[in-house]
Amino acid sequence: MAKSATFSKLHDWLISEDFTSSRQARLHSVYLGWLSLIANPLAFAGFAVVLLLIIVAALAPVITVHDPFAQDFLMALKAPSSTHWFGTDEFGRDVFSRLVYGARTTLYITILVTVIVAPIGFVIGATAGYLGGWVDVVLMRITDIFLSFPSLVLALAFSAALGPGIENAVIAIALTVWPPIARLARAETLTFRHADFVVAAELQGAGVGRILLRHIVPLCAPSIIVRLTLNMSSIILTAAGLGFLGLGAQPPMAEWGAMAASGRQYLLDAWWLTTVPGIAILTVSLAFNLLGDGLRDIMDPRNG
Amino acid sequence: MSITQTSDAPPSRKSPFPKAAAKIATSFVVILTTLLGLMMITFTVGRMVPADPVIAVIGDQADQATYDRVYKEMGLDRPIYVQFGNYLNDVVHLDFGQSIITKQAVSKDLARVFPATIELATLATIIGAGLGIPLGVIAAVRKGTWVDHLARVVGLLGYSTPIFWLGTIVILVFYAYIGAIPPGGRIYLYDEGIVQARTNFILIDSALGGHWNVFWSALHHIIAPAVILGYASMAYLSRMTRSFMLEQLRQEYILTARAKGLGQRPIVWRHAFRNIRVQLLTVIALAYCGLLDGTVLIETVFAWPGLGSYLTSALFFADMNAVLGSVLLIGIISIAINLLSDIVYRFIDPRTR
Repeated sequence: MAKSATFSKLHDWLISEDFTSSRQARLHSVYLGWLSLIANPLAFAGFAVVLLLIIVAALAPVITVHDPFAQDFLMALKAPSSTHWFGTDEFGRDVFSRLVYGARTTLYITILVTVIVAPIGFVIGATAGYLGGWVDVVLMRITDIFLSFPSLVLALAFSAALGPGIENAVIAIALTVWPPIARLARAETLTFRHADFVVAAELQGAGVGRILLRHIVPLCAPSIIVRLTLNMSSIILTAAGLGFLGLGAQPPMAEWGAMAASGRQYLLDAWWLTTVPGIAILTVSLAFNLLGDGLRDIMDPRNG
Repeated sequence: MSITQTSDAPPSRKSPFPKAAAKIATSFVVILTTLLGLMMITFTVGRMVPADPVIAVIGDQADQATYDRVYKEMGLDRPIYVQFGNYLNDVVHLDFGQSIITKQAVSKDLARVFPATIELATLATIIGAGLGIPLGVIAAVRKGTWVDHLARVVGLLGYSTPIFWLGTIVILVFYAYIGAIPPGGRIYLYDEGIVQARTNFILIDSALGGHWNVFWSALHHIIAPAVILGYASMAYLSRMTRSFMLEQLRQEYILTARAKGLGQRPIVWRHAFRNIRVQLLTVIALAYCGLLDGTVLIETVFAWPGLGSYLTSALFFADMNAVLGSVLLIGIISIAINLLSDIVYRFIDPRTR
């Protein structure tokens, strides 16, 4: 009883608009976002799956009973059973364990690409939008050149040149993901470029870096975060595609795309090898799409 | 939060050129720099490959003298910008080098495999546009109803499905369990060599030659990969159509049309839809370019003898000439399609004139 009283007090404090501190105001807007996220069942489902993915990746050794790399040829290609929930693969490895460890690979690639791409895309786009002139022309021309390749094909070319491997896959995917972010950052910057507060900051002698970081970033952040979340879905699909073609994570590392690819040889005898990782890719990528859609409604109502 | 924007319109000045000529010149420069950029990327990628390009030509058995000679012949001792110039020269003359696998000129290989990909991507776009656009229109007209939700779910699933996996599952279910489709390829082996190649589009060639059994065989083979690719582009097209239509349906001329007693059907199709045709064209062009991505994976799954299969097998054997040639071709096609949609856009939209 006491607990729920604390909660309702907290709720009242968060929901009230008579702010006593800037921290309360900030928490207030986060809390309102959270409330509208749970009110949207699809977005909340997406959020739940993403959370589950993070938990599963973090606790992989605790969740799994079998070693994902231990080969046992006597147990090869066994159908799903109570000991091996999703069966075993051609080396007798437990598919469920590999699926769980594969969540780590997926999350690793997704986060790394996003962390690389967000600042690069922002700096290029915002600089082009803010400075304008020939800087804008040159930077946007470069962006357009990268955009003119279909993304998987460009990623294929780069990972073929860099050699297979997960780090190279990350670089290759990052090279294909930054251009849309840069375009978005430029468009957002242009809408604020001549706003009075930017001009005021300029008159006070603020440099380009300061204006971009302190004045433009906070205003662009919502739409860029939404785009990054939606992008995670395509990063996952591209990574899986590279893995499927043998260019992503290398064996024996567990990666969903590569798992689905190796299962193709045993499609008729062992349907679970291809089906299970594919469903995992689909679920996670759908979850990021749903979450991104929900976030857009909350954070970026202009583009709703 | 209100943001006031100070408008600073550019000072009007008299251009010595007529407007249209300046526009054409600008877009010409834009395309030229984009093409140059594309080639710079493929050139760089080619230089990044750890394998020694000389060894790839002469093999690792050759002696030092041969190595030095070939090294010079390939121009590798020249400065990098000269090498890039040579590369440009080769590309302009459609010389992408020789493929290691097929032992033929890459340009010849590309000419052979490319029609199959275009055939697949075109049919997929027709399927995607044919289903996606009406779905998007209906979803917009009946916003918030179950149709709208269905369209949303179908769209999101299309965005999220790994296409290579869907292809594999379709083969498992429709070939292995039901037996409704062939496992892959372009036509049955026993139909090979009957049709005289005129356009290299097997559907057109067989119909022109009157070989209807081959035509049906080809259709039978193309249907599964085309539907899967079409689904992916349908997802994209239906979502875009929906948002374009919603924008139009909010406009006042729709209200006027309603007020003067026009029925729902003419309002939707003759008024609103007419106004989004131009935007749709651009989006269809983008979807087509996106399909070139999807074909790489789906051709591998369905053993479709097109550019995607060629590219992936070249990747597998580290055949860099073939890889770079294919990538460059795909890039050029993307630019060409976007350019084409831009030109058509100017033609059919009076506002851009």
